[in-house]
Amino acid sequence: MTLPSHLTADVLVIGAGGAGMYAAIEAARAGRSVILADRSLIGRGGATVMAQMTVAVALEEQGLDHWENHYADTLTAGRGLCDPALAQLLCELGPARIREMDAWGVGWARENGEYKRAFAPGHDRPRCVYVDFLNTGPAVSRTLRARLNRTPEIRRIGELLVSELTVRDGECIGATALHVPTGAPVSIAAGATIVATGGLTHMYRRNSASLNMSGDGYALALAAGAELVDMEFVQFFPIGHLAPRLIGMDPIMWDPFRYKLGGRLLNGLREEFIHDYGSEDDGKYVVTRDLATYAIEKEVAAGRGSPHGGAYLSFEHCSEAELRAAGGPVIDRLAANGIDLTKQAVEVAPIAHYHMGGVRVDAKMATSVPGLYAAGEAVGGANGANRLSGNAITEALVFGCQAGASAAEHAARGRVRADVMTFDAARRRITEGVTTRGFNPAALIEAVQSTMQDDVGPFRTESSLRRALDTLGALRKELPGLKPAAGTAFDGALVDWYDLATMTRVGTCVASAALARNESRGAHQREDFPGLDAQWGVNQIIALAGDTLHLERQAVPS
Amino acid sequence: MSERAVLIIRRGTPGGAQREESWDVPFEPGQSVLDGLRWIRSHQDPTLAIRYSCTNANTCKECMVRLDGKTVYACTARLHPGTMRIEPLPNKALVRDLVTELAPRDERLSS
Ligand SMILES: Cc1cc2nc3c(=O)[nH]c(=O)nc-3n(C[C@H](O)[C@H](O)[C@H](O)COP(=O)(O)OP(=O)(O)OC[C@H]3O[C@@H](n4cnc5c(N)ncnc54)[C@H](O)[C@@H]3O)c2cc1C
Ligand code: FES
Repeated sequence: MTLPSHLTADVLVIGAGGAGMYAAIEAARAGRSVILADRSLIGRGGATVMAQMTVAVALEEQGLDHWENHYADTLTAGRGLCDPALAQLLCELGPARIREMDAWGVGWARENGEYKRAFAPGHDRPRCVYVDFLNTGPAVSRTLRARLNRTPEIRRIGELLVSELTVRDGECIGATALHVPTGAPVSIAAGATIVATGGLTHMYRRNSASLNMSGDGYALALAAGAELVDMEFVQFFPIGHLAPRLIGMDPIMWDPFRYKLGGRLLNGLREEFIHDYGSEDDGKYVVTRDLATYAIEKEVAAGRGSPHGGAYLSFEHCSEAELRAAGGPVIDRLAANGIDLTKQAVEVAPIAHYHMGGVRVDAKMATSVPGLYAAGEAVGGANGANRLSGNAITEALVFGCQAGASAAEHAARGRVRADVMTFDAARRRITEGVTTRGFNPAALIEAVQSTMQDDVGPFRTESSLRRALDTLGALRKELPGLKPAAGTAFDGALVDWYDLATMTRVGTCVASAALARNESRGAHQREDFPGLDAQWGVNQIIALAGDTLHLERQAVPS
Repeated sequence: MSERAVLIIRRGTPGGAQREESWDVPFEPGQSVLDGLRWIRSHQDPTLAIRYSCTNANTCKECMVRLDGKTVYACTARLHPGTMRIEPLPNKALVRDLVTELAPRDERLSS
């Protein structure tokens, strides 16, 4: 069987998470032909399928909420840095997407015919719809996949790792990808291209990520001439599961337990410690995420961490019945892991969970490069310095829909598609490389993850950030000489090499922006500059000139 | 790392010679077979081909392999001391090593 090596579509969507799938559906609705490509299998590789619960949306028909309330909460959480146009889009158009998903059979939980709505911190009222407990992501993914499958204008292709975008005369005209199962290069000429590649949390040692979340879209867009915004804002989730090893559950699983039962956070000496940092924990879950993260990291640094370098989370004071009522089937899964919460505390630690920053777009999801759009977590700006629980899925659906419409419109204007020769150089860059492999790229990925965790993690200092920039820069210089030649079936080492190239580039963006921002705000906490500085109520924009990153401050759009 | 498992892994390409390799893998009780395979890649042999995405959540369903004759998710099967035999799925086309063709036909490049 010969495989095609060059494809053509009106709209190319890169990434088949919530944002990419919605974008593909919307572009097809506008009558355009679409290729939806993902480095993993369609609908399975990213964060969307992993999302556990909350989808924030101000449903007005019950008279209980209004999008402006949701908008106000989003701006407050963003600490002055949200792009108001993007935040408004998310909140105002969220209800339409949530209802459309409902019509498509996603199965939002209901009570007496009305949507059930959960309360999540930072929202002024119960605002989050969900599918069962812990089933939101799989249901969203399944529903969108079912729509894709009955849309003949959409060609879905998994296992295509997009390695670069192609720009001609200032316009994005498509992309080139590694076909992972064969190691062959594939070019795709498109009238418009949408980057919907999700976030970057796999760059950190402790994360809630899948393998495919190393920030590819940021590196792709940057190299194509687009701008990035707010790259310093990586959200950490304070009580990610650390030990004992727990399988079959994502490490962010403890949140629902804490909402229901409180639970006690203890240091390695099994003493309560949150009150030493100016907050109460007191068996209730009131301590904010940034403070809990700070307190845990400080205890560990002072030698009072739990054995694996975190804190204990204890529900030992709860009865079996209380635990069962709160956790339902999760209690059985814990038992299968040999964990009995009435008898033992678990260890938790801050983990990288979401990225507020990303590709800079306008309210049409257009980047500064004509023909190039972005959507979902790949976009920066809507959530500013901190994201509210539940905003990310809504963002993915709303921005995906908008990007699909905009890209379709752009693609309809110019119908000439670039030919295969236009992509020759990009295809060669995939194929070329060394055949002798004297290095272990999988080990280097773990090293980069440790650099990011330890030096560009929840708490940063000038010296840690400079150290990270040196480490990432030195590795980045070595990479070109190490690139494995393509051509081997399912070559994980080659995929790792691409991830290293991306992680060193994107990690440098995060660390550079974090180093410049001499203050602490939201998810960006500088030990050497504690406290918010009003002068820093600005966005930082990153662009590439040649191989040099340029960082610039700009007033937050009004 | 208190215990050790011996992973016997079937490797090869479609139509090519198949071989079995044996790896001595340290682990903590509770760790998954996927943890062991990832350990081999980052400590011993990065050319070992395995397929997975979500790593912990058991949502991507990409990590299916044959373990001692039974089909399992590598991310939820547990390592245990002693010998464990890992092979690609027998009923799916082989891509390489432990990776088989899992995508529905109309979600592949060849469709
Ligand atoms: C465990 C977990 C739980 C969460 N729970 C919630 C929640 O309850 N509520 C909420 O609002 N948010 C939650 N979030 C966040 C939310 O899930 C994500 O922000 C959102 O799903 C992002 O959607 P997306 O479509 O932008 O990206 P993703 O769903 O991550 O999809 C991106 C896709 O792009 C593909 N891709 C990446 N690079 C390339 C490349 N180079 N070439 C081709 N394809 C590529 C990936 O394989 C992936 O399939 C959670 C996140 C995680 C990790
Ligand atoms: S790695 Fe995702 S299900 Fe096993």
